[in-house]
Amino acid sequence: MTKVLMKGNEAIAEAAIQAGCRYFFGYPITPQNEIPAYMAKMLPKVGGSFIQAESEVSAINMVYGAAGAGARVMTSSSSPGISLKQEGISYIIGAELPCLIVNIVRGGPGLGGIQPAQSDYFQAVKGGGHGDYHMVVLAPASIQEMVDLVMDGFDIADRYRNPVMVLGDGMLGQMMEPVEFKERDIVLPEKPWATTGNKDGEPRRIINSLFIDAQALEDHVHKLYRKYEEMKKNETRVECYNCQDAEIIIVAYGTTARIAKNVIQMAAQEGINLGLIRPITLWPFPDDTIDRWAEADHTKAFLTLEMSMGQMVEDVKLSVNGKKPVYFYGRTGGMVPTPRAVLEEIKKIREVM
Amino acid sequence: MNVGPERIAIFTGHFGSGKTELAINYSMAAAARGDKTVIVDLDIVNPFFRTTEKKDVLEEQGIKVISPNFAGTGLDIPSLSAQIYSVFQKRDHKVIFDVGGDDIGATALGTFYPYFKEEDYRVYYVINVRRPLSSNEQDIIDMIESIQANSRLGVSHLINNSNISYETTICDLLDGQAIVEKISMKINRPIAYISGMPEVLKGLPVEIRTKAFPLNIFMRPPWA
Repeated sequence: MTKVLMKGNEAIAEAAIQAGCRYFFGYPITPQNEIPAYMAKMLPKVGGSFIQAESEVSAINMVYGAAGAGARVMTSSSSPGISLKQEGISYIIGAELPCLIVNIVRGGPGLGGIQPAQSDYFQAVKGGGHGDYHMVVLAPASIQEMVDLVMDGFDIADRYRNPVMVLGDGMLGQMMEPVEFKERDIVLPEKPWATTGNKDGEPRRIINSLFIDAQALEDHVHKLYRKYEEMKKNETRVECYNCQDAEIIIVAYGTTARIAKNVIQMAAQEGINLGLIRPITLWPFPDDTIDRWAEADHTKAFLTLEMSMGQMVEDVKLSVNGKKPVYFYGRTGGMVPTPRAVLEEIKKIREVM
Repeated sequence: MNVGPERIAIFTGHFGSGKTELAINYSMAAAARGDKTVIVDLDIVNPFFRTTEKKDVLEEQGIKVISPNFAGTGLDIPSLSAQIYSVFQKRDHKVIFDVGGDDIGATALGTFYPYFKEEDYRVYYVINVRRPLSSNEQDIIDMIESIQANSRLGVSHLINNSNISYETTICDLLDGQAIVEKISMKINRPIAYISGMPEVLKGLPVEIRTKAFPLNIFMRPPWA
């Protein structure tokens, strides 16, 4: 297929439609408005439904309902809106329902700003909602990868009956790049648990996240954790770039990984050998990969690069487990680090190494 | 590339068709030939990647930039500056309007209809056939009609700006040209320019090369 030029947000919406998503419930917020706008225009043309809910809380509960009825469904928002959706996300996980949730992150806390940020990492991977839970969090670094991960995301959600989150930022949502939509056979799985109306002789199907009996709830949570173990085993994704012989390895995802690749090229011209570990899944976190590179003699240190005050750096430290020093550089509030500033930081680290 | 004779050049088009790049480049070309130039950022749709972000570069070339109130401040408020009315007073200036995408963006233009009708203006419609929802004749003509209705202004000239960013080849531009030529015949409006990166434009056939509008790209992500 010929390539087209798309904004990240439009590409997310088109990818979802091509993946068979026919239901979108949301509420507008910058910088992700092109997603609901595209869905509002296109879903009715393919026999789907778009609803602009009266609030984010309402939208996520519409997702809950549609997912319970077996629909391929999604919602999207940006940071403050995703905060409002946390209760619903926890319920959807408790009730074991698949759906896709997109967060195009902007600066916070509070209303914050509309410029790009990565400061919702903790919320996405450590659970912004309540209870013992996890969900696969996919972090694309290009518009093409956004398309591919959105399509994969629906399948992952169905495979485990668990929501999947795509975590982008305002830069990825707003920028334009060439993309290709590869032909895919969309096979929607059978959903024998879906509440589609009680038929004669069939047992009743119940969607529920309430377990009054403590033992029953513990059993349920243990069941969820067996799924999380499977996700860790099967769904972890990571890109290693130029790590062979690298003296310092940058760990970055999304937009900052794009910046890191520029830093690596600039550093190479000055004879400094840098590598990049780019987690594509932020949960499950690629701790084994990071641990492996931490073991290597040539690796002297790690630098975690984020558009936040340092959130993923905690997971990097846990993965490195004291084997090598882990440094952090970040900008926040909507500021984007420049490749030059990151390189200066690297040089400072080399002086103390 | 020849800057048109009109006093006011209005760049409209589908969302993401390249209006902002064209408006900035057109302003630069006008200023370079000695025109007193003003560019009006009328985009009330995009939160970032907009003309106002290039204010410093434009002002270095002597181009005055008029932005919506709060543009680029992070405040998401679609409020237009009263300064815009000054461009209808200073009649010795060349004025370029960078309008927001689609019919929604063009709504902001409608406000100024009583002023435009007293003026010598052109409405350029920028087309990129590699954009979704504007890849065929009918979708493009439908959008032109919606934009005309919302802006209360008729599109006067077409621009073929078909591209897929840094991966563009002459094939993208020529595929676009075939569609834009059909639209031109159908709605009876001339093609003013064929725009793109200079190395892509080199591949244009001789008979249409006079319409070439080489672009210098201003809207880039921070790592490019």
